[in-house]
Amino acid sequence: MLEVKNLTFHVTDGGEATILDNLSFTVPSGQITVITGPNGGGKSTLAKLIMGIERPTSGQILLDGQDITGLSITERARLGIGYAFQQPPRFKGVTVRRLLEMAHGSPLSEPACCNLLSRVGLCSQEYLKREVDASLSGGELKRIEIATLMARDVRLAIYDEPEAGIDLWSFSMLVDSFESFRTNPQQSSIIISHQERIIRLADEIIVIAGGRISAQGTQEEILPLLQGEVQNCACIQRQGGNGQC
Amino acid sequence: MLTMMQNLLKTIADLPELNYGAYNLRANGKGVQQHSTDNISITSKIGIPGIDIKVKPGAKGEVAYIPVVVTESGVNDMVYNDFEIGENADVTIIAGCGIHNDGCDASQHDGIHRFHLCPGARLKYVEKHYGEGEGTGDRILNPTTIVQMEEGSYCEMEMVQIGGVTSTMRKTDAHLGKDAKLVMTEKLLTHGSQTAHSDVTVNLDGEDAALQIISRSVAKDTSVQVFHPIAIGNTKSRAHVQCDSIIMDDARVSSIPEITANHALAQIVHEAAIGRINNEQLLKLQTFGLTEEEAETVIVNAFLD
Repeated sequence: MLEVKNLTFHVTDGGEATILDNLSFTVPSGQITVITGPNGGGKSTLAKLIMGIERPTSGQILLDGQDITGLSITERARLGIGYAFQQPPRFKGVTVRRLLEMAHGSPLSEPACCNLLSRVGLCSQEYLKREVDASLSGGELKRIEIATLMARDVRLAIYDEPEAGIDLWSFSMLVDSFESFRTNPQQSSIIISHQERIIRLADEIIVIAGGRISAQGTQEEILPLLQGEVQNCACIQRQGGNGQC
Repeated sequence: MLTMMQNLLKTIADLPELNYGAYNLRANGKGVQQHSTDNISITSKIGIPGIDIKVKPGAKGEVAYIPVVVTESGVNDMVYNDFEIGENADVTIIAGCGIHNDGCDASQHDGIHRFHLCPGARLKYVEKHYGEGEGTGDRILNPTTIVQMEEGSYCEMEMVQIGGVTSTMRKTDAHLGKDAKLVMTEKLLTHGSQTAHSDVTVNLDGEDAALQIISRSVAKDTSVQVFHPIAIGNTKSRAHVQCDSIIMDDARVSSIPEITANHALAQIVHEAAIGRINNEQLLKLQTFGLTEEEAETVIVNAFLD
């Protein structure tokens, strides 16, 4: 279980700004929490704070009761936190198989690699020997990134906009893969997403806007609010921004 | 001494000893062991140091080993090796030099290698350079490679310098005939105050000749690297030169591309990049549980692998 307590992230670089303001929530084991909200609202920053890539100005992060706020990325990874980047880096000379094995922490059989890649809609025979370099398209790189997190045995998996750059067919496979996370009661997942099909997988939805939690609850509670906001936004666009429908 | 030599052989030729096929072992400035096969003859030159290697036309699949090891301090060795690869032959030659210098005098091995590939010949040539030892004496390697490729021949050259060489000045000069193709891969790691300089000139003389150069290097500490690849298209031909370097600490790297087209149908491309290890790469590997140092090692090794 992940507990986030009064988390604040303030930047002073290039002008002062509060990116996240006093956030508190809990992600129970065996559950999927989807974080959504407008772009620039602080969702990716929150993911980076949980992984240890950024350090909070104040507040606490606890994993299964252990305070991990002061721990490094490596220490958090070894405790069982994993993070699939929104924009993953490329590695010259590293094959897809080698990257999966590094993520897993030990050698993987070809069928095991094949299974991981097919879960993100990639045919392993074509990809295992390919390098994770500029020869891969953005969508391929993104799917390999997701597969590296699936290769790890983690207690908390964080996926940052997994749908970005992924075609419709692969997206369906991805949704099925996320659905299967529920079968592992030890693992909790945070998925940052704007996609309704992913939001519908959530046991709990957290809406972050302007650095704060603007809404939190079950699908039944939050989805109507989100759909209302979308309609309102479309209405504003139709009326040239005066909000009168 | 024997173990030291075996270790060097294992590093540069992936063999602890030479006991089969065609081979020539040179140690501390002298020929030590030599063996020819029906298809590959190796003979010592008369009057000057070095060997002649002749591969019979049509010979296929054989591997010849010609390593050089230097285990004494103060050795200054110079060899002239000539390679003749017969028509339609297809062979591999593993060369390389390992220096173990525990003394305070410089140990140096310079070689002038001349290759002649007859029409349709195929050659894979691997040259590994490695230096080690506790002494303050320099470990110096200066190879010169001259390649003449006739019609339809193919040559793959892999030049690897995997550390420990104080200074190296590499010169390569190639002329490619009609339909000849040269694929050259350079991998280089320098550290400490080492220097490495590589000048490569390739003339694409024959129609539809093709060249590919892939250079990958890592420069650590205060080491200095200079690459100067020159591709000259004298007729309808293709060349692609790619130089990538990772720079670390206070190292310096220069990549000086030079491409010339002396014919309207010569397509000559050069790409070069020098940069530090991407911070996102380090972060990504740390999210797998690697430390920053482990992540750096993985990135450098994969880049040079």
